[in-house]
Amino acid sequence: MITLGHGAGGRLSRELIEQVFVSAFGNPALAALDDGAWVKASDQDLCITTDAFVVKPLFFPGGDIGTLAVCGTVNDLAVMGARPIALSCSFVLEEGLKLSILKRIAASMASASKSVGVPIVAGDTKVVEKGAADGVFITTTGIGLRIADVNLGLERIAPGDKVIITGTIADHGTAVLLAREGFQISSQIASDCAPIHGLVATALTSGAGVRFMRDPTRGGLATVLNEVASGCRMCISIEEAKLPIRTDVSAALELLGLDPFYVASEGRCVIIVAASDADRLVATLRQDDQGRQSAVIGRVEKSPAGMVSLESSVGGRRILPMLSADQLPRIC
Amino acid sequence: MSIAAQFRSKGLVSQLAAKIREMAPRVAARLGRTVSIMEVCGTHTVAIYRYGLKHLLPKELRLISGPGCPICVTETSFIDHSIKIAMTKGVTVATFGDMVNVPGSVESLADARAKGAAIKVVISPLDALKLAASDSSRRVVFLAVGFETTAPSVAATVLEARTQRLDNFHILCAHKLVPPILDALLQQPDVEIDGLILPGHVSTIIGSNAYSQLPERYGVCCAVTGFEPVDVLAAMLMLLDQLVSNKPTVANEYTRAVRPDGNAQALRLMRQVFQPADANWRGIGPLDKSGLALREEFAEFDAEHRFAFDRSEARDDPNCRCGDVLLGRIEPEQCPLFGAACTPEYPRGPCMVSSEGSCSACFKYGRFAAG
Repeated sequence: MITLGHGAGGRLSRELIEQVFVSAFGNPALAALDDGAWVKASDQDLCITTDAFVVKPLFFPGGDIGTLAVCGTVNDLAVMGARPIALSCSFVLEEGLKLSILKRIAASMASASKSVGVPIVAGDTKVVEKGAADGVFITTTGIGLRIADVNLGLERIAPGDKVIITGTIADHGTAVLLAREGFQISSQIASDCAPIHGLVATALTSGAGVRFMRDPTRGGLATVLNEVASGCRMCISIEEAKLPIRTDVSAALELLGLDPFYVASEGRCVIIVAASDADRLVATLRQDDQGRQSAVIGRVEKSPAGMVSLESSVGGRRILPMLSADQLPRIC
Repeated sequence: MSIAAQFRSKGLVSQLAAKIREMAPRVAARLGRTVSIMEVCGTHTVAIYRYGLKHLLPKELRLISGPGCPICVTETSFIDHSIKIAMTKGVTVATFGDMVNVPGSVESLADARAKGAAIKVVISPLDALKLAASDSSRRVVFLAVGFETTAPSVAATVLEARTQRLDNFHILCAHKLVPPILDALLQQPDVEIDGLILPGHVSTIIGSNAYSQLPERYGVCCAVTGFEPVDVLAAMLMLLDQLVSNKPTVANEYTRAVRPDGNAQALRLMRQVFQPADANWRGIGPLDKSGLALREEFAEFDAEHRFAFDRSEARDDPNCRCGDVLLGRIEPEQCPLFGAACTPEYPRGPCMVSSEGSCSACFKYGRFAAG
């Protein structure tokens, strides 16, 4: 039976994907379980990705489901090392949805797609009876072309490599949570939801030895780091004190009993880079508005393989585990 | 530096840990065994794991997680009863999130929700009251779990329901009290606990004097403390000091929040609405006057009566040893189900479900603890 835990982005989600979909559709391009997949189209490397957006509420400080649907897919292509060229979208609308709301969402999507320079070239619309969906669900698919000479992959990660995050963590998930009914906490916290293809291109053309990139969305930073650690069979060692996080985000999450390591960002990127290039890359990223708070937060070590180890802010040490079935409400 | 930052100061943590590393072996030598300290409250357990504090402590100091996780001690029959209520037409069950995945005899509230039961997660009992006020056609039953920390706010909510004349709001009450379980814990014949780190939040309500009989009766050292890393380590030092001088008492490290007599207003609310009642503790069994029940004059709010249910049918998983874990008899890893048949994704017992449960904390964060 499907429970909400299967949608939380943690171990249960992974299990569901592997046991149901990978076993049914199995092919080498899918098996990597990356943010996107590479397919050959004559002499071109084409990257394809798809994502469903079911966020509640539809509008939140810093964005809405429309900006999220465009940025999420553009960012998945970007972190694969692809230059996005086109998007398609399909809408599941709940009977009774106000047309004015749908128009607002479409306008957000149009403005995001224009700012990224990637057109929305195909779409589909279905309407289901009241109660069979929650307002609007959007699925976007994107295709992109490999940026010349860029080859990213877990297999390129080596012990000693450094881990960079391009900004504060957990802003998006916190903004959405606080926008939901019931939490009477007023704050200035806004989602970081934004396209990061520009920042990613800066990193890729900087000359630094970038090994791997991923955006820490659902499941947060801890989930990305665990996927990297288990994928490259090495240890990712993180220093909590070096982690950029807004004071108000950290206070709000503490109040709600949530751990920022598992809360989503929608405009950040985790970059694994050769040790000797790390400081220079951070300096370059910081020149970009989106990368102003970039920081080296840890390094890759040989062992314990497959684990993420955390030096706590007070000097203790523990593992940073994969999210299990903990429930976070729908945030993306 | 803000107050919060001082209690998370790396420098202070390192000084306190060094002092503990120096004192613990001396106390252990005097006792002729490892010093055993129990942190009673689940929030302390999580703080110890989250800040990686075990990594800083000497091997002569053993930390045991206690019974102070409200989800962990809520009996199976209560879950069964909640599910039965949630399956009733026209009824919404409102609950704190952690309860949703706790296994009952057959299934959890999450399983029932996937089958269509109306279950709503709230973060405050007042949110459950709002649900009831917003739709008079549905009954709302709030699952009232927790210790003295949550009971006053539930009491205030019941009084508010009366003021608003709401007849569609009820609570299913499983509130439990901390002092009686500490007595039961320390009365065990084979108990080996040298010091207790007493719960911070509960103590803000009941006050540090509520424990004064413990050192007298059982010779156990006690310290009330807060939840920051400096609080927790300072409390350990207070306990080691008492052990060195062999003068058990109730020390209060958490003076910024805990008064000797507690919070008079909260206690008054709690006593106005609830009375002490016998309660069943999961994995431990029934204990006299160890819980709370609604007073007769608030019977209209009591879901226990309105939704009658035979609780004697409830069955615990015979292999689950949560009870032994809660009483400090075994470490989570010593349970045969731990990490194999029982994981946070597929929990068999409540200690693996609750974010404050000792099995869950140990499974998630434990593996570097001894490093």
